[in-house]
Amino acid sequence: MSSSDVHWGVSAGASSRVAGVDPHPKVPRFGHGSRVPGWDEAVDLSKPPATIPDPALTEVPDQLQREIETAMAKYPDRRSAAIPALHAAQQHHGWCSPEAIAQVASVMDLTPAYLTSVASFYDMFSLAPKPKHDVFVCTNISCSLLGADELHETFVELARLDPDADLNVCSFECLGACDIGPMASIDGEYVGPLTPTDARQIVADLRADRPVLPDKQLRYRRCADPNANSGNGGSAE
Amino acid sequence: MTELLIFKDIDEPGLNTLEVYERRGGYQQLRRALEMPREAVLQEISDSGLRGRGGAGFRMGQKAGFLPKGDMPKYLTCNADESEPGTFKDRELMQKSPHMLIEGIVISCYGAEIREAFIYIRGEYQLQGDILEAAIGEAYEAGYLGEDILGSGHNLSLVLHRGAGAYICGEETALLDSLEGKRGNPRLKPPFPAIQGLYQGPTLINNVETLSTVPHIMAMGGKQYAEIGTETSTGTKLVSVSGDVQRPGNYEIVLGTPSREIIYGLAGGPKDGRQVKLWFPGGSSSPVLTGSDEDLDLPYDFDTMAKAGTMLGSGAIIVVDETHTVLEVMRKVAKFYAHESCGKCVPCREGTNWTVKMIDRIEGGEATPMDLDIMASVQTQIIGNCLCVLGDAMAMPIGSMVEKFRGELEAEIEAARERSGAGALKDAIPVGITDPVL
Repeated sequence: MSSSDVHWGVSAGASSRVAGVDPHPKVPRFGHGSRVPGWDEAVDLSKPPATIPDPALTEVPDQLQREIETAMAKYPDRRSAAIPALHAAQQHHGWCSPEAIAQVASVMDLTPAYLTSVASFYDMFSLAPKPKHDVFVCTNISCSLLGADELHETFVELARLDPDADLNVCSFECLGACDIGPMASIDGEYVGPLTPTDARQIVADLRADRPVLPDKQLRYRRCADPNANSGNGGSAE
Repeated sequence: MTELLIFKDIDEPGLNTLEVYERRGGYQQLRRALEMPREAVLQEISDSGLRGRGGAGFRMGQKAGFLPKGDMPKYLTCNADESEPGTFKDRELMQKSPHMLIEGIVISCYGAEIREAFIYIRGEYQLQGDILEAAIGEAYEAGYLGEDILGSGHNLSLVLHRGAGAYICGEETALLDSLEGKRGNPRLKPPFPAIQGLYQGPTLINNVETLSTVPHIMAMGGKQYAEIGTETSTGTKLVSVSGDVQRPGNYEIVLGTPSREIIYGLAGGPKDGRQVKLWFPGGSSSPVLTGSDEDLDLPYDFDTMAKAGTMLGSGAIIVVDETHTVLEVMRKVAKFYAHESCGKCVPCREGTNWTVKMIDRIEGGEATPMDLDIMASVQTQIIGNCLCVLGDAMAMPIGSMVEKFRGELEAEIEAARERSGAGALKDAIPVGITDPVL
């Protein structure tokens, strides 16, 4: 290799030079020339912007309407209820569908675009249909040191082999339960520490509609501090 | 470890109910506080020297003092969006002793003349949210919240607000935006929230643990509380120990306890007699310390950690033993912050992603040691150049790992090049360049 054909720019990796690959490959682009996938999915640019849905024409389930109105009454500014209202709508519809967003928008007197922008910011809202059971596997640092990545792969594999179990497996940010790592939040219930065998048991429990791994649920776990209890020491149950 | 305060009897069955909490002396401090003048309550908190337990370590008394005096719409926001990787102390407090938090909030609001308070809890904490909601209901019924609390003439409404999964909402100004029903983007400071915060009103923001300590300060007296711990780091602190230790969990320690006693004494150290390779003293955002005797013997308090070039942060100790590579840890840290960057400021949005790409390059065998210099320079360009400290939170640990483990990373680069067939480095360096410098 002579010095003249070496480019010391940051964009060209050393091995690509060695392997004889084009040192300046084309950046992959998506529709409309964007480098970000899906940027244009949220809107159909050919349509005029959606306005606030007319409450008289939008049918909102009674319970959802009540929940959103209760949430709005709690705050000095009704807009603060956006997240609680979206939680309620997602609970009701299974995901933040355009229909769900329109219902929230009509009750809260906000545009669907505003609510979509809020929903797309937060990890817990889903703007696409999702399977029923949430399996959030924490793959952040503490859990991954203890084997969370293998656990996540096991869940992904189980979900693939058993589509009927309806599992929404995600690797999630730190769930705040590093003491029971590697752990997962199954429909909101924290369980850990988990092994791949436990993962199979969890799927079986979900299919049978039983509480998942009651022995490993966080709610029954005692504080680790040996001095945390004076006297005879109670049970956490 | 004799002086347990907030963790005393934490596992008492039913402590989350009003009945048991009252039987254990709960809400007595609120009764006492309501008979004192407001200034005297704030004075006790100032005297205690209590520093914020959420990460920044700012004195609570001083922060409360920044709020304008008088009767106007002012707010208190309890930051329960505990999402710093490695931290899980607030979870245990809210799940097992929610009334202690509520009592602390009511006392603080009385002192600062605040009539509306919010608890912003992360959406993932469903069980803790339910328990807290039930406790707030009980407190309203018993007259500890609502109109004319215990006949004092002080009103306070307390609302539990559940988030929806965004790390950035733990940052105080992003939390306020999120609480106002917007995307959780940080705001430009100043104005600081104490002057202009929630709904443009003066807002006091404190962490769960900080507010839960307030009843104990009232019980002991601020000056007595200040005698615990060291001169500038007073009191006790909950530490969350996780990672490669035998007994992970929350422990209450007196500030200034040697770090070795926490990692080895309380948490049992790594399994099978392995050595500590590195540890994060305050969550994954803090610069790392090594397993050397010098680092392990450091007293665990705010100032010593700052002097050692790191920070106490949220009190989350993450221990990594010798079976893991530094690159693996760097990758996890960088990927997390790249995912969580809200995208508002360019240095953070681009810098976190660049760092991930450079780590990928090292793993793919495409890197040279020069990439470590580039990586270090990217980190220095992030620090201090954004609205909030999320970018810094990645730049500080990554920068410290590049600095402290350069030898290992260079060996890793060489090994990865071997694996990928990219050839040894001496062949890749052009003739005439012996010491590539940026």
